[in-house]
Amino acid sequence: MSNQTASSLKLDWAFAGCGVAWFGLQSYIIHSFGFDWYTASIDGLVSTMLLAAACWLINNNLRYYQPGKGSYINLFIWCVALAGFSMAGSRYCLPFISAQNTYVNFLSQSLVIRFFTNFLAIGWMAMISLIWFSQIDHKENEKRKGEAERLAREAELYNLRQQLQPHFLFNSLNSINALIGFKPDEARKMIHQLSDFLRGTLKKDDQQLVPLTEELTHLQLYLDIEKVRFGHRLNTEISCDNLCGSSMLPALLLQPIVENAIKFGLYDTTDDVTISLRGELEDGYLVIMVQNPYDAKTTRPRTGTGFGLRGVQRRLYLLFARNDLVETHANDDIFTTIIKVPQA
Amino acid sequence: MKRVLIIDDEPLARMVVREYLQGMDGIEVVQECGDGFEGIKAINLHKPDLVFLDVQMPKINGFEMLELLEQQPAVIFATAFDEYAIKAFEAHAVDYLLKPFSKERLQKAVEKYLGQTPAQTKKQNEELLESPALSPAQHERIVVKTGTKVKIIPVQDVLYLEADDDYVSIHTAEGSYLKNKTMGFFEQTLDPRYFVRVHRSFIVSVQEITRIDPYEKDAHLAILKSGAKIPVSKSGYAKLKQVLGI
Repeated sequence: MSNQTASSLKLDWAFAGCGVAWFGLQSYIIHSFGFDWYTASIDGLVSTMLLAAACWLINNNLRYYQPGKGSYINLFIWCVALAGFSMAGSRYCLPFISAQNTYVNFLSQSLVIRFFTNFLAIGWMAMISLIWFSQIDHKENEKRKGEAERLAREAELYNLRQQLQPHFLFNSLNSINALIGFKPDEARKMIHQLSDFLRGTLKKDDQQLVPLTEELTHLQLYLDIEKVRFGHRLNTEISCDNLCGSSMLPALLLQPIVENAIKFGLYDTTDDVTISLRGELEDGYLVIMVQNPYDAKTTRPRTGTGFGLRGVQRRLYLLFARNDLVETHANDDIFTTIIKVPQA
Repeated sequence: MKRVLIIDDEPLARMVVREYLQGMDGIEVVQECGDGFEGIKAINLHKPDLVFLDVQMPKINGFEMLELLEQQPAVIFATAFDEYAIKAFEAHAVDYLLKPFSKERLQKAVEKYLGQTPAQTKKQNEELLESPALSPAQHERIVVKTGTKVKIIPVQDVLYLEADDDYVSIHTAEGSYLKNKTMGFFEQTLDPRYFVRVHRSFIVSVQEITRIDPYEKDAHLAILKSGAKIPVSKSGYAKLKQVLGI
């Protein structure tokens, strides 16, 4: 930003310098036609000011509006018109300064030359401005593009990290490390559970629909691992009848919800925690309700969707183009998440 | 003999530390605790020399537990994955173990502790606790001690904060609580969209403000819903205007 103001300041100085030079040159030329220095410099000053005003106008115009490929003719007309205006300005202003006959005659004879020099100067200015501002635009576009690419990359990295669940993974490895010492059989079992869970996470893709029973089997692996980690503190209740067991839902949809419930429940109370999950088939929807306890005195559950649930909502939106499929409620120290999956 | 306490909410994680420490000369494990509240009690009771402390725990995390202690023991942190915390540990050269860790790594940490003077350890701890946002939880709650009880204040309940000598007084609708921190700490930790430092000695919850009145030269007064009048300095007023978008 400061860089840009610095360079536009430089441009302003160059503009002023050109003006001074133009003024000097014109005064000298008019003086060489035999007029006194006073008349010559007034003529030079007035003409230069008018020209500068025209140049400033065209420059400012191009700063905010860049003509498309077809409208260069407009620009040409603009230049002609501005050159005409500045010429007319000279024609009507200068006689007030010096009413000598010779000067007025000289003025009217030199109008054509004045018009063409003005036109050349304004055209030159227009060209420079055009190049200058299109270059700035180009640079800004590049910057914006770079920024957008960076954001996309960061989002992708974040997604990858979410899939990996480093916190869960490292803590599970730590539990296995503990079990190896005195309960090697359980350590071995946990390694198998962890492998099965990770494999299940990897092989499913986002678009795939799976029956609820399959999703629950995968979820059970996750819960079994968490139960080893947290011991007796974590209890789970899962209920769903045969009918809804065969209902379809997007793969791996429930795991982040249950993960959220466990984190919320286990880290918000010091007591034993029961996470319950209930599935029902209702009016063509598979309705899944996940509940966890929390402490209303010390935590204000975010209304709407919390951080972990945003991804779930996004996925359901992408699949069903609806934003009302995730609901959360908080009352009586129980936090409830309800997911509705439309059944075809 | 160095007396050691292990605080971690996962029983298996405590077991590893105990197992690794077994047979190390001059080390005695005095107790294991499953959360920060038990931890505070045990530290006050046993006055241990060294504490193995998990970061993520129920209700209050490891850092919040340390903040509530009158006397800081030497601490070796253990965590699985906490981006915030690891950055802070590195900045203050406090030793930490990344789960799962080896027996050798733990021994190295203990040796480092044994080689340090208590003054060094104390200084590192103090610096660590002053660094803003050790965990995302600190954006959401403030943990204070009232008498022997621990009070967890959700930041939504905070009306305003006021400097009070070496303490910061946290005003809520229910009353005020003192916390041994600096205004600068809260200015950096609380969400700047909702909390603005309007004065050298005041940070105010933007949502609580009902009106801002001019007051003397360059100064203003913010009137809160509770009726409290908070002085607003010239620069504080500029910040407030920016946050409120006026």
